[in-house]
Amino acid sequence: MSSRVPILRQGDVLIASIQEELSDGDILDLQLRILEEVIRCRASGVIVDVSALDVLDSFGSRSLSDMAQAVRLRGSRLVIVGIQPDVAYSMVLLGVTLPDVATALDLDRGLALLEAG
Amino acid sequence: MQVEGALGGDIQAIRRDADVISARQSGRQIAERMGYSRPDQALIATAISELARNIVNYAGKGEIEITPVRRRGRMGLRIIARDHGPGIEDLERAMADGFSTGNSFGLGLPGAKRIMDDFDVVTAVGEGVVVTAIKWMGR
Ligand SMILES: Nc1ncnc2c1ncn2[C@@H]1O[C@H](COP(=O)(O)OP(=O)(O)O)[C@@H](O)[C@H]1O
Ligand SMILES: [Mg+2]
Repeated sequence: MSSRVPILRQGDVLIASIQEELSDGDILDLQLRILEEVIRCRASGVIVDVSALDVLDSFGSRSLSDMAQAVRLRGSRLVIVGIQPDVAYSMVLLGVTLPDVATALDLDRGLALLEAG
Repeated sequence: MQVEGALGGDIQAIRRDADVISARQSGRQIAERMGYSRPDQALIATAISELARNIVNYAGKGEIEITPVRRRGRMGLRIIARDHGPGIEDLERAMADGFSTGNSFGLGLPGAKRIMDDFDVVTAVGEGVVVTAIKWMGR
């Protein structure tokens, strides 16, 4: 399958690094694959790195939020890392605040957040 | 006007989600060439994304026109999102945070309005929607 987002495994944490702008189809594909991998690897946590994205509109934010909820229903946790400052500012103006989604500044801090439990 | 010619505008057909991405990318490029700050480029791209996505979701097809404009010596970037879809029945509600007939966040229109400086919607049921929005430089 031509998956555009690599999902790496580090210990019992999965790391998905979004490299380029994703179409809706790619996002749905990523949602499914993350859930499959969480189940397959019994991952305790998932990190989604969005630092390469220079836009996160309400649809993209909604997709990340859905992903986080689905992962949580599987007893695992999802942390979004690397939201760019300009992107964060745009999201705030849009009114998208993702109150139920864990975020961290970067990969290391995301891992630390998952380890802290 | 010479400046407008040099900067160039752009009309993009919007039919699929891939068009949403290319519309916002070209908006960002035009904004960058005009000298908008990076945060402003992100804001403009985000507003275009919301308006283009509404076209795909609710009208099926339409277009996004992105044009540098000048008013009283001041440069701005104008986005026109145009479709001939079903139109919006209750515009006041549609402009309120959280109202959605598409089971989504309902932040596209009100959010784009907050992002842009000028924001105007003309719609009639059965005729479609035209959103005109401008972000002025250096505000
Ligand atoms: N181009 C359009 N044609 C018809 N209806 C639209 C259009 N754009 C927006 N709407 C209506 O306005 C509502 C609010 O739009 P928006 O603020 O973008 O939120 P969302 O897209 O999340 O529902 C939509 O749910 C839809 O009913
Ligand atoms: Mg919308």
